[in-house]
Amino acid sequence: MLPFFVIIPLGSAFLISLLGKKIRKFGDILANLGTLSLLALSLYSTKLVLAHKILVYKVGGWMPPIGICMVLDGLASFMLVTVNLVSFAIALYSVSYMQKYTDKYRFYTLFMLMLAGMNGIIITGDLFNLFVFLEIASIASYALVAFGTEAEELEASFKYAIMGSVASSFVLLGIALLYSYTSTLNMADISLVLAQKGTGLMVSFVAVLFLMGFGLKAALVPFHAWLPDAHPSAPAPISAMLSGVLIKVLGVYAIARIFFNIIGINNISLSILMFLGVVSMLIGVILALAQWDVKRLLAYHSISQIGYVILGIGLGTPLGILGGVFHLFNHSVFKSLLFLNSGALDYALGTRDLQDMGGLREKMPITANTNLIASMSIAGIPPFNGFWSKLLIILACIQSGRIIYAICAVVASILTLASFMKVQKYAFFGKLKERWQDIKEIPAFMRLSMIVLAIICVMGGLLIIPLFKPFLQSAVDVLLAGKGYKDAVFGAIR
Amino acid sequence: MSEYILCLVLFCIGLYCVLRKRNIIKIIIGLGIIEYAVNLFFVLIGYRTHGRAPILAKDQQILNMVDPLPQALVLTSIVIGLAVTALIVAIAIRLYEKYGTFDITKINRLKG
Amino acid sequence: MKNNKTGMTLIVKTITRLTVGLILLYGIYIVLHGHISPGGGFAGGVIIALSFIHLMLAFGRETALKKLSQTAASVLESLGALMFLAIALLGFLGGYLFFNFFLHKGKPFDLFSAGIIPLCNIAISLKVGAGLFAIFAALILFKGSGKEE
Repeated sequence: MLPFFVIIPLGSAFLISLLGKKIRKFGDILANLGTLSLLALSLYSTKLVLAHKILVYKVGGWMPPIGICMVLDGLASFMLVTVNLVSFAIALYSVSYMQKYTDKYRFYTLFMLMLAGMNGIIITGDLFNLFVFLEIASIASYALVAFGTEAEELEASFKYAIMGSVASSFVLLGIALLYSYTSTLNMADISLVLAQKGTGLMVSFVAVLFLMGFGLKAALVPFHAWLPDAHPSAPAPISAMLSGVLIKVLGVYAIARIFFNIIGINNISLSILMFLGVVSMLIGVILALAQWDVKRLLAYHSISQIGYVILGIGLGTPLGILGGVFHLFNHSVFKSLLFLNSGALDYALGTRDLQDMGGLREKMPITANTNLIASMSIAGIPPFNGFWSKLLIILACIQSGRIIYAICAVVASILTLASFMKVQKYAFFGKLKERWQDIKEIPAFMRLSMIVLAIICVMGGLLIIPLFKPFLQSAVDVLLAGKGYKDAVFGAIR
Repeated sequence: MSEYILCLVLFCIGLYCVLRKRNIIKIIIGLGIIEYAVNLFFVLIGYRTHGRAPILAKDQQILNMVDPLPQALVLTSIVIGLAVTALIVAIAIRLYEKYGTFDITKINRLKG
Repeated sequence: MKNNKTGMTLIVKTITRLTVGLILLYGIYIVLHGHISPGGGFAGGVIIALSFIHLMLAFGRETALKKLSQTAASVLESLGALMFLAIALLGFLGGYLFFNFFLHKGKPFDLFSAGIIPLCNIAISLKVGAGLFAIFAALILFKGSGKEE
C-alpha cells in the first residue's frame, strides 16, 4: 500500500500531460480525484500506525540494506496527513483560480509531480532516494514559480532555482561523505554503523553540510533570501503549496529525520537549532512590519513561523517537540488559508497592494471572515489552534530554563498580531473606494476550499485533548526515540 | 587523498563563479561546475586499490573491482543536473526577452 | 559551396544522411544490451535523441520537425513514463512484489535474461530521448531576438 503514495500522483501527472489537451476538464477531475484518494489513504495509514507502530515495505522484494525500503512510522503518517489535506484543498481552489492562465493542464502536471516528490520524501527509508525525490519536488517548484512568465516571476524563479540547486549539491556532497564513512545508504543501517564506529570530525562536517542544504530549503535565517521573492511571485495556489507544505517537508522534516534518528543529537546541535529558530522568528517578523504587498508580508511571516517550529523541535523535551510538531500542522493550515485569501483578493481586484484596498468587508464576506479566522490563528488568540501550539512552545521554553527564548517568542507573537491587524484594517475595514464598487464574490470552488480550511483552523485546538492526542503523540515518540529508529526498523524487517 | 582535495577545490571554484560573476550565463556555467565536482567526488569515493571495472562478462573471474554503487548513483545525479540546467537556461532566455540585459545587477525589480 | 538557405553546407548534409541511421541504431543497441554491458536507459536515450538533434543541426528546424514534431515528442515522453509505471504496477497487482516479476531470470549474459530490466530500459530511453529532443526544439524556438551575440 505504501508505494501508492508515489504511484497515484506520478500516474495522474503523466496521464494529464498526455490527455489534458484533448479532453476538456480532464485535468481538474483527475487532479481532484487523485488528491482525495491520497487524503483517504493517509488517514487510513494513521489507523495502521496506531495498531502496528511501524510498517516497512521492501521495494521489489530486495532485502535492505541492498534494496530500498519504505518506512511508515508515526512521524511519516502525521506528515502525510498534513501534506495531503492541504493539497486537496489547494487542488479544489485551483479549479477556478487557474482559469486566468493558459495551459491549465500543464499546471496540474507540475502540481502532481511536486506532490509525488513530497510524498516520496516522507515515506522513504533510504538516503539517496530522499535526494532524488527532493530534486523532483524542487524542480517542479522552480517551474511552478515561473508559471505566469511575467518579468518579476522569472527573476524570482531564477534566483530561487540557482540557490536551490546549490543547496541540493551541498546535500549530495554530504551524502557522498557519509557513504564513504559508512559504506551504506539505508537510513537505519547508517545509524547502526555510526553507533558502532563512533562519530568523529567527519560526521560533524556532514551534519553542518546537511544543515546548510536543508536549511536553505526550509528558509532558516541566514538562508532565507530566496523566499520573499519566490513566494509572492507564484500564482496563489502555488504560493500556498510552497509556503504551506514544501518548506516543511523538504526542510523541517528532513532536518528532524536526519538529526534525530540518523546522526544523533547532542547539546551542541540542539543549541544551534534553537538559536537559528529564534533568529528566524525575530528577523522574519521585524522585516514583515514594513511590507505593503500582502503576499510579501505573508512570506516574511512564513520565515518567522518556521522559526517557531524549529525552536520547538530543537528543545528536545517531550513538551517542546509536541509543541513544534503541532505548530507545524497548524501553520500548514492557516498559512495556506491566508495565501488563498490573498489570491482571492488578487482574483477579484487585480492588485496586491494594501494601500489600494479598503472596506471590502461587505462585498466579499466569505473572504473577510476566513481571513479574520486565519489572522487570529496566526497571532495566537484563543480558542483558535495557533494559540495552543504557541502556548506549548513557550511553556516548554520556560520549563527547560531558557527564559530569553520564551521572551523572544512572546515578542514575536505580539509583533505578528500587529502586522495582521494592519492587514485587516487596510484590506477589509474602512471605507470602500469607488473603483471597487461592483466587484463580485469569488467563484464557488474557491469559497469551498477556504471554508474547509477555516473549519479545520477552528477545530484544530481539539487535537490536544486525549481523544485525538495519539495522532500527534506518535510523531513525537518517533523523534524522541532517536536512535531507537534503527531497532524499530530492523525489528520490523525480519 | 590529494584527488579529494582537488575535487573540493573545483567545487569552491564553481561556488566563486556563482557568487561573484555578473553575467547570467556565467552563473549557469558555475552551477554546472559545482555539479561536475560533486559527481566526480562521488565516483572517486568508490575506488579500491588495484580494482578493475565492475563489469561481469562470460567466463571471467572477478578478483577485486571498484565499487559499482556510486557509479549508478552518479548516473541519476547527472540526469538530474541536466534537467535543472535545461530549466534554468530556458528561464534565462525568457529573462533576456523581458529585461533586455544579461547583467544580474540590473535585474532587480523585486526589492525590500 | 552553396547553401540551400537553411542548414549547413553540402558536405555536412551528405555525411549526415549517411550516419544518422547508424547513430540511431547504435543508440538502440546500447538500450537493449543495458543489462550485459555498460549503458542502459539513460545513455541510450541520450544517443537516440542525439540522432534527431544531428538531423536538426544539419538540415534546419523544419526538416527535423517533420520527422518528429513537438507534440509527438511530448506524447512519446508521457508514454515512456506511463509504460514504466505500468510495468512496475503489473508486478504489484499480479500478486508479486512491486518491481519484480515475470521474465524469470534466464541464464546470465543472454539477451533475454535479468527479469524486467530490459523493459524498464526501453521505457526510460523513450522518456529521456523524447524529453531531450523536446527541450532542444523548444530552446531553438527563441532565436527570434537575434541580438544575443
